[in-house]
Amino acid sequence: MEEENVTSSPSTQVPRIRHRRRSNEAVVDGDRVNASPLLVNDRNKYKSFMVRTYSTLWMIGGFVLVVYMGHLYITAMVVVIQIFMAKELFNLLRKAPEDKCLPYIKQLNWHFFFTAMLFVYGRILSQRLANTMTADQFFYRLVSGLIKYHMAICYSLYIIGFMWFILTLKKKMYKYQFGQYAWTHMILIVVFTQSSFTVANIFEGIFWFLLPASLIIINDIFAYIFGFFFGRTPLIKLSPKKTWEGFIGASVTTIISAFVLANILGRFPWLTCPREDLSTGWLQCDADPLFKPEPFALPSWIPEWFPWKEMTILPVQWHALCHGLFASIIAPFGGFFASGFKRAFKIKDFGDSIPGHGGITDRMDCQMVMAVFAYIYLQSFIVSQSVSVDKILDQILTNLTFEEQQALFMKLGQMMKDKLQ
Amino acid sequence: MAMEKDLNPHSPRIRKLRENSHPNTSTSRMCNNNQRDNHYQNILNSPRDYNYAPSSPTARTRHRRRSSENLSEVSRSNVSRVSNLLLGDKNKYKSMWIRTCSSLWMLGGVMFIIYMGHLYIWAMVVAIQIFMARELFFLLRRVHEERRLPGFRLLNWHFFFTAMLFVYGRMLQQQLVNTVSSDRFIYKLVSGLIKYQMVIWYFLYIAGFIWFILTLKKKMYRYQFGQYAWTHMILIVVLAQSSFIVANIFEGIFWFLLPAALIAMNDVAAYFFGFYFGKTPLIKLSPKKTWEGFIGASVATIISAFFFANVLGQFQWLTCPRKDLSTGWLHCDPGPLFRPEYYPLPFWIAPFSPWKEISILPVQWHAFSLGLFASAIAPFGGFFASGFKRAFKIKDFGDSIPGHGGFTDRMDCQNVMAFFAYIYIHSFIVNQYSVEMILDQISRGLGDEEQKMLYVKLGDILQHKLQGRF
Repeated sequence: MEEENVTSSPSTQVPRIRHRRRSNEAVVDGDRVNASPLLVNDRNKYKSFMVRTYSTLWMIGGFVLVVYMGHLYITAMVVVIQIFMAKELFNLLRKAPEDKCLPYIKQLNWHFFFTAMLFVYGRILSQRLANTMTADQFFYRLVSGLIKYHMAICYSLYIIGFMWFILTLKKKMYKYQFGQYAWTHMILIVVFTQSSFTVANIFEGIFWFLLPASLIIINDIFAYIFGFFFGRTPLIKLSPKKTWEGFIGASVTTIISAFVLANILGRFPWLTCPREDLSTGWLQCDADPLFKPEPFALPSWIPEWFPWKEMTILPVQWHALCHGLFASIIAPFGGFFASGFKRAFKIKDFGDSIPGHGGITDRMDCQMVMAVFAYIYLQSFIVSQSVSVDKILDQILTNLTFEEQQALFMKLGQMMKDKLQ
Repeated sequence: MAMEKDLNPHSPRIRKLRENSHPNTSTSRMCNNNQRDNHYQNILNSPRDYNYAPSSPTARTRHRRRSSENLSEVSRSNVSRVSNLLLGDKNKYKSMWIRTCSSLWMLGGVMFIIYMGHLYIWAMVVAIQIFMARELFFLLRRVHEERRLPGFRLLNWHFFFTAMLFVYGRMLQQQLVNTVSSDRFIYKLVSGLIKYQMVIWYFLYIAGFIWFILTLKKKMYRYQFGQYAWTHMILIVVLAQSSFIVANIFEGIFWFLLPAALIAMNDVAAYFFGFYFGKTPLIKLSPKKTWEGFIGASVATIISAFFFANVLGQFQWLTCPRKDLSTGWLHCDPGPLFRPEYYPLPFWIAPFSPWKEISILPVQWHAFSLGLFASAIAPFGGFFASGFKRAFKIKDFGDSIPGHGGFTDRMDCQNVMAFFAYIYIHSFIVNQYSVEMILDQISRGLGDEEQKMLYVKLGDILQHKLQGRF
């Protein structure tokens, strides 16, 4: 089995597809490796690609089900994936003999993991948590107290971990322990940044999670297909199987499909409405102007025989073009980074959770880069940062006491009167 | 260059130091050559050398090295090493003198800067930070590999600059907006920059990331990834701490000065108590620290926190927050924390003292918590740094400050304290949502129509609440 995994596992050098590995993948691998081993491994190849196709289909099915269920379930899925990723990565550079001398090192890692999770999700979900709890007075106060002192709580937990680390430093193991400490921090930063941004995007609307993820997958698949049919010039020394033809073909396809996919996905309110609290029911909302169809006259240089003179375009499709551009050009660097990392530390795969695919980190490496971009794009260009009347009213009602609200009211009145004069 | 270390007329902290040519003649590092290039190879030659190193665990005093320091270290070492003491005696006074000189210069420099104001303190923090980053970047670098990777050092500085932009952009966006609100065009430019700061910062980071990947060289992968991770860790540690310091400064110099002074106080007191009473060792990582020193210093720090807060809280220059980036004098309403409250003296003191009551600033109670943290938890920053140096077999982080080691040696406990001070201030002292802040937001963010709408809606809600109550 080992050998098959070596030749057929695409996770070493071939692009990372998240859930929808297509069946032609194993064949493509075979073709792009030297011609001679092809026929030799043929019989085993079919078996391994059945395994891969099977696991791919399960992943796709699971994914679609979770998307159908809703925001909270997607968040739960992201959290689960994150836990598995962290587990794989924690185990990666650990050395067994040293570990035996250090009894609590695993617990320490999970302590930091838990602290990071509290910090990150606390910040992102605090407003929504508050909105969910407005019913019961006692819980509301408890929750808003927790939110208010959230930073202090996370900080105390972190400092406890820090002191625990120092108190468990053992002579002659310092270097290993410091290395593990730094490694833990790097893992937590990488894993949590991306998953927290993903969750933040989800609550803005599943569209903003689904679109970037799909674009990465489409990019990978088409890079294969184009590389398979036309691949000749190698792209980068780090990943010898990637080719310029595959890269360029995939870029063009990704950008076009971003445009089309945005149109399709933008028609469902389930995908486009933001979720303001932590409920799981159906969503109704006013369609954001980004998702309202607008007629768009095709430019004059389109030839005469083209059947439609104008198209209805959702304004969000232009944003999708930017996403597509990024997904095709810059996100693959996440894959290169992971390959370089694996070569540097001479590991084949990050783990082996998914049969035929390697570990979860292997699947998520490009997704991580894309998730960060999607979040920043969303926050900078799409979500309006300007304060709105409702937001401020919300702030006033939730954060000030009744007396302070009255004081604010009077000062506001005063201020407006002064302006008029 | 030899005379520079003794009679440096400029405070090392303000002027750029010419680090390389500081032959550190302090005999406390007798056998260890502190030239920068040899850092990585500074294997400890013998146990007694390590004990003499003043910059090792015991000595994290930021500005106020006292002359008794060397003495106390020496007397706190184990009995088996006492015999080595007498050997180094004469040279010890000389090194002690060097250290006192540089401490006094640092102290003087800092006081001058504080007098000058918030903006200058910020500049000082940025300069210290650059030096720290530089020391740390050099630390685990290996000269041999460096020659084969030409652009690598530049990459580090690129990430440093990007991180700095990110951190200061976020912390100071409010102040920046307030400063430039006069000129219409510049205002638009600055608010545009601020609005898109995340994007700008992100693209700079991605550019660095791509540059890193494109410069990966075969057979050097491991070294390069190690350096990449190391760069990130350094930037996080250095920039997080300095950004918190800067945020604290703009809340009021008091919130920067008090924690820093407490750390210095804790170190000095730890020396004195260890010197006179030190017997039981505290932790294996730092063999010179003792329980007596620790406990004595804790008590001293907590008590002095109380008094420092009183003294420092009386100056408006220190207690007023700075809302913009100007450098002029500050006037403000001190806020309830800094208004003295009068307590009648308890009956068992009253007969002995001329005053009938004492005035206490409410902030002094907060200072207790700060003092407690500074004495109990901040020393762990020092332990971390010693452990780190032992793990990687280095003597000092650098040699910028004569007699003291590098900047990082001085700042390790300060790191932990600055972080705590920031969190403490934002959780317990500064009210996140105050009436003023929201009014500010309203006047800046909403147009006239929207303000009227808000006014009407708020009026309605308050009316309902009032009626509901009766």
